[in-house]
Amino acid sequence: MISFLLNDKAVHIDATQADTTLLNYLREECALSGTKEGCASGDCGACTVVVAQANKPGSALEYRALNSCVTFLSAVHGKQLLTVEHLADGDTLHPVQAAMVDAHGSQCGFCTPGFIMSMFALYQQGEAPSREKINVALGGNLCRCTGYRPIIDAALASCTGTVDDKFYANRATTVTQLADLHNVNAGLDNLLMPTDRIELASAIGKHPEARLFAGSTDLALEVTQQLKTLPTLISLTQVAELQVLQETDLGINIGGAVPFSKMEALLLTHFPELHELLDRFASTPIRNQATLGGNVANASPIGDMPPALLALNARIQVDNGQARRDIPIGEFFTGYRQTLLQKNEWIEAIFIPYKKTNSKISAYKISKRQEDDISAVCAVFNLTLGENNIIQELASGFGGVAATPVSAIGLAAALVGKDWSQSATFEAGKVILSQAFNPIDDVRASATYRQTMIVNLWKRFWLQSNQQSHKIETRVHAYE
Amino acid sequence: MRKLIKQPFSGNPQGKVGKSHPHESAIRQVSGQARYVDDLPQPANLQFAAIGTSPAASGVIKSLDVSDVWASPGVSDVITVEDVPGHVDIAPVFDGDPIFAQKHVLFHGQAMFAVLADTVHHARQAALKAKIDITPSTPCLSVDAAKQQSNFVRPPHFMHQGDFDSAYKASTFTVQNHLSIGGQEHMYLEGQVSMAISEEEDRVLVYTSSQHPSEVQKLIAEVLDCKLHKVVVDMRRMGGGFGGKETQAAQWACIAALFAKRNQCAVKLRLPRMQDMIATGKRHPFENSYKVGFDKEGLINAADIEINGNCGHSPDLSDAIVDRAMFHCDNGYYLENVKVAGHRCRTNQVSHTAYRGFGGPQGMIVAEAMMDAIARKVGKDPLSVRKLNLYGENQRNLTPYGMTVEHNLLADLINRLENSSDYWARRDAISKFNKHSPIVKKGLALTPVKFGISFTAKHLNQAGALLHVYTDGSMQINHGGTEMGQGLHTKIGQIVANEFGISLHDVEVTATRTDKVPNTSPTAASSGTDLNGKAAQNACIIVKQRLAKFYTDEVNDLNLTADNVIFADNKVTLGENSIGFVQLVQNAYIGRVSLSSTGFYKTPKIHYDRNTGNGRPFFYFAYGASVSEVAIDTLTGEYKVERVDILHDVGRSLNPAIDIGQIEGGFIQGMGWLTTEDLKWDDSGRLMSNNPATYKIPAIGDTPEIFNVDLYARDNDEDSIYHSKAVGEPPLMLANSVWCAIKDAISSLTDYQIDPQLPAPATPEAVLNCIESLGNITISERIE
Ligand SMILES: Cc1cc2nc3c(=O)[nH]c(=O)nc-3n(C[C@H](O)[C@H](O)[C@H](O)COP(=O)(O)OP(=O)(O)OC[C@H]3O[C@@H](n4cnc5c(N)ncnc54)[C@H](O)[C@@H]3O)c2cc1C
Ligand code: FES
Ligand code: FES
Repeated sequence: MISFLLNDKAVHIDATQADTTLLNYLREECALSGTKEGCASGDCGACTVVVAQANKPGSALEYRALNSCVTFLSAVHGKQLLTVEHLADGDTLHPVQAAMVDAHGSQCGFCTPGFIMSMFALYQQGEAPSREKINVALGGNLCRCTGYRPIIDAALASCTGTVDDKFYANRATTVTQLADLHNVNAGLDNLLMPTDRIELASAIGKHPEARLFAGSTDLALEVTQQLKTLPTLISLTQVAELQVLQETDLGINIGGAVPFSKMEALLLTHFPELHELLDRFASTPIRNQATLGGNVANASPIGDMPPALLALNARIQVDNGQARRDIPIGEFFTGYRQTLLQKNEWIEAIFIPYKKTNSKISAYKISKRQEDDISAVCAVFNLTLGENNIIQELASGFGGVAATPVSAIGLAAALVGKDWSQSATFEAGKVILSQAFNPIDDVRASATYRQTMIVNLWKRFWLQSNQQSHKIETRVHAYE
Repeated sequence: MRKLIKQPFSGNPQGKVGKSHPHESAIRQVSGQARYVDDLPQPANLQFAAIGTSPAASGVIKSLDVSDVWASPGVSDVITVEDVPGHVDIAPVFDGDPIFAQKHVLFHGQAMFAVLADTVHHARQAALKAKIDITPSTPCLSVDAAKQQSNFVRPPHFMHQGDFDSAYKASTFTVQNHLSIGGQEHMYLEGQVSMAISEEEDRVLVYTSSQHPSEVQKLIAEVLDCKLHKVVVDMRRMGGGFGGKETQAAQWACIAALFAKRNQCAVKLRLPRMQDMIATGKRHPFENSYKVGFDKEGLINAADIEINGNCGHSPDLSDAIVDRAMFHCDNGYYLENVKVAGHRCRTNQVSHTAYRGFGGPQGMIVAEAMMDAIARKVGKDPLSVRKLNLYGENQRNLTPYGMTVEHNLLADLINRLENSSDYWARRDAISKFNKHSPIVKKGLALTPVKFGISFTAKHLNQAGALLHVYTDGSMQINHGGTEMGQGLHTKIGQIVANEFGISLHDVEVTATRTDKVPNTSPTAASSGTDLNGKAAQNACIIVKQRLAKFYTDEVNDLNLTADNVIFADNKVTLGENSIGFVQLVQNAYIGRVSLSSTGFYKTPKIHYDRNTGNGRPFFYFAYGASVSEVAIDTLTGEYKVERVDILHDVGRSLNPAIDIGQIEGGFIQGMGWLTTEDLKWDDSGRLMSNNPATYKIPAIGDTPEIFNVDLYARDNDEDSIYHSKAVGEPPLMLANSVWCAIKDAISSLTDYQIDPQLPAPATPEAVLNCIESLGNITISERIE
């Protein structure tokens, strides 16, 4: 059974096609056509809905936007699914809706329901957002008509920090309704939702052909873009072991199925240098679904986290329900979209060792657009300096430059022991990097540009990490 | 301020116009109630269509085997070009657009057949199963190749003025350059969609997302081989159009109608995003070049401009689009001795089509490129060169196509913007910043816009409206224009409310329908309000005249005539007498006065002779200017638009909020075209940037943090609707200042000696290439 609240009504689904997206369910089965399809690939935000859940019994409801076009039904199990039709209170528009009308924030109106839902989720955060925060909250919603200014104004006007709407007034009822859903026997015969590693192993055993998924932000595209039918699916999101977020003695442990938006805080506490990479990873609704485990398992050469994990010497913890293995990330990727994962294995967690006190880390992403774009090149450097600027360690990770995410092994070999402040050191690294990889030409960038970026980002890193005496600006976009 | 030209009964706007009323659908849009075609309640017998497309860019079709398509689950019908009872060619003006490929394939992604099934998913899956055998031929994939083969979709066109050859020879300086300008995907958020419903016997009703319902009606009739009166097309709203639904919405409506008629059912055809991007045309890419001669001050005395549009495989609207590029390659600048040549190159790409600006942007940017080139040569600030070359008031005011530029606002408008944006102080600050910043460089540019308003195809400059006044005083107005977000219906509602002096709530603007107002023009060329607003006003005037006459008769005072009747504040007044508007309507109904009327309008004054390249193609010009400041990263080519100031002329604004919305939205869309929106085809002619993951339109963070937009308050000197001006397209070209500012920042690397040759779009990669092409200045030199 998959049980959830659709707006304020309880819904129990006991049979459906496993690969039905939430968007198609709403539009085709519920005749709720306020939620739009603009792309069916997670890129435009027209399909944005909000999911509310009480994380712990008794805790406040948490509201998160997500892209219904790349989400399967299991994702709303035990939660409240809110659509644009439900926001108004009778004839009274919700504050975010009223603000959009007042600010003239809709022209053709096709993007509008999606913006309203993203803004509604922002409103529920209960903080008056900065312009920067608004960009982050609405960065996954495209509008082709307005140029965004009136939408920004509407967000500024309505998201004041005060939460005073019908959802706030009805919160106790909603929490009770959610509790009454009786979230037992989650899942369907073809859409399995195991809750621990034993159940997961048995599900995989029973359905060897089934695909695993967590956020489904990669997997769903096989359905919506390649028109595949995926008859049986196994959701990883309820598996307890995959939900850990831990600080251990040696590092942090991030469960394989924790969405980005939940693990960001922990990761940034220890690695604030990854701020830009995380902010520019897809968009808020995607980050609310997408997981680190999925990003690693997907093994795309242009994924953003593998380069970071390579530079940070992460370890991938793999399980099959009986035995666990621990694989250094440097060994994990074996070929184009291939990994060491066996058919019956999954990523349980990713372990990232704490950084050394005297380390300098930088993570760079180059893409045509700053927000919600895939990297042409991603480069992450992790440098540890000893006394007198002598390089002790130099780890790196690159995306977009080879068939897999890769490190520049030669860099460390050649430069350890050298004085980092010397331009000769920079030059030596430049020579190595200009020959390290053979990037390709594609729609995002030419091979030449990628090659130049590898070297010029090295230059940026060298300049930024040597900035004691002469402070020069190196960035046009600020990511604090 | 100029005096208004007196309108019978209309007087001055009474506050219904000139106010920032919200979009008429705003409340429905924010609450998910506004219905688009795909949201309509589904008819009981609805089936779903999908298209199968060509895997090659050019070649001869050896065989098209659809047996596996038929065998696919849920399939009920499959059609190819053989199954079209009527016309196969659905081209809008000149032949060349078969509804399905016939014998040859002309571009990768061309529709070859269509399939009907019980679900969307089944239809789309089935469409992948055809066995297609094509004997490929070498596709023509570039403007250069097409020009070499003299492969044109339409003959070239020329304009000239003065004597270029001798003036060029006599010039102190000359510069010649080439400029590549990319196309643009419309990326309307709502993709192409139509739903056709077979009605009694052989009639069909079609809901479509189209800027041109009348053309859809005509083409459906032709394809079905019936007369136009059997086909009704209904169009309530589009989720964006931008030109992409002017001609290219018709094909999907025709296919849906074909299926509906064959199967006597309802059929919906909605293209998935990727197919929409592959199978529909874009803004034309252009390859332009210029030679310009000028004196040491930078004053142009000779220019030779060649405009080459990549039209794709067929003419579509390319003749008029390349013409418009030619009409705008002067922008606001006087070209005393000039030759302009325009070529319409045929390539094996999808047929490129209308897109906001309609070729104007691709022409205008040449003028701005020339200004920058001249400025670097004579060592002046580009703004000074721009101002020097502006059209004059009473002399130096003839365009290359023989039209006199009247009521030129640019000099004053630029002066004001120069001051309000603090141009010169910022120029100094930027120069200082650049001296001390080796990696990040800033740039600044002010560019003007002069954009001609009217369809260049004269017959399109007409419009109709239909007004119904009901006995409770409420009204429905219908007109030939379509609502795509631009606020046309809101403005029309305001005009009607204003004419009668009633509340906006009492006016309903209804869906555009071919059975209400016939033979309409596309909603395009920024002309929606100019044409339909006047037509609606004329319908109002006719009904008002009837009511006025009726009331005058009722009052029966020999000193008062119908001319003295005033409609205002929900009342009708004649001398001392006054009556509530609703009461008068009811009396008139009882008195058997017709309360319904059509209205009609045609634009005066315009004409153009293509044989001589001379005439007045435009009723008037809309003006504007913008200042952009950017920062670029010379290590990566990344950039940020930090501040934008705009002053734009909309005449007397009918609705300032809507007009500002058009300006801001147009600017950002133009900025996307010139920066991140990068169309890429591979060597076989396949579009690679075929989804929003690989084709990047501006997102919210691209909106400049400082974005000052003002309206230039001055009535249109021509007799347009309430002396307003069209605003749909012109603001798009305000974004030229972003492109020029990026070039300015790059030029700073050479101490403003060199005019960097930057193509559009200026992606980070293109910016970096441009920097690297400057050669002698290497990155390390600049740092050390
Ligand atoms: C609009 C959009 C923007 C995006 N932007 C970015 C971006 O900026 N940078 C970037 O790197 N990626 C981006 N992505 C890709 C995607 O969001 C990420 O790769 C994400 O981390 C995938 O996580 P997921 O949980 O959604 O994976 P899913 O789709 O659930 O799974 C992906 C694959 O991994 C497997 N898998 C998932 N979890 C596990 C596990 N624990 N163990 C074993 N196998 C597993 C699945 O079987 C599947 O094959 C974007 C995607 C979209 C749709
Ligand atoms: S429809 Fe575009 S993100 Fe879902
Ligand atoms: S209002 Fe049209 S896309 Fe945003």
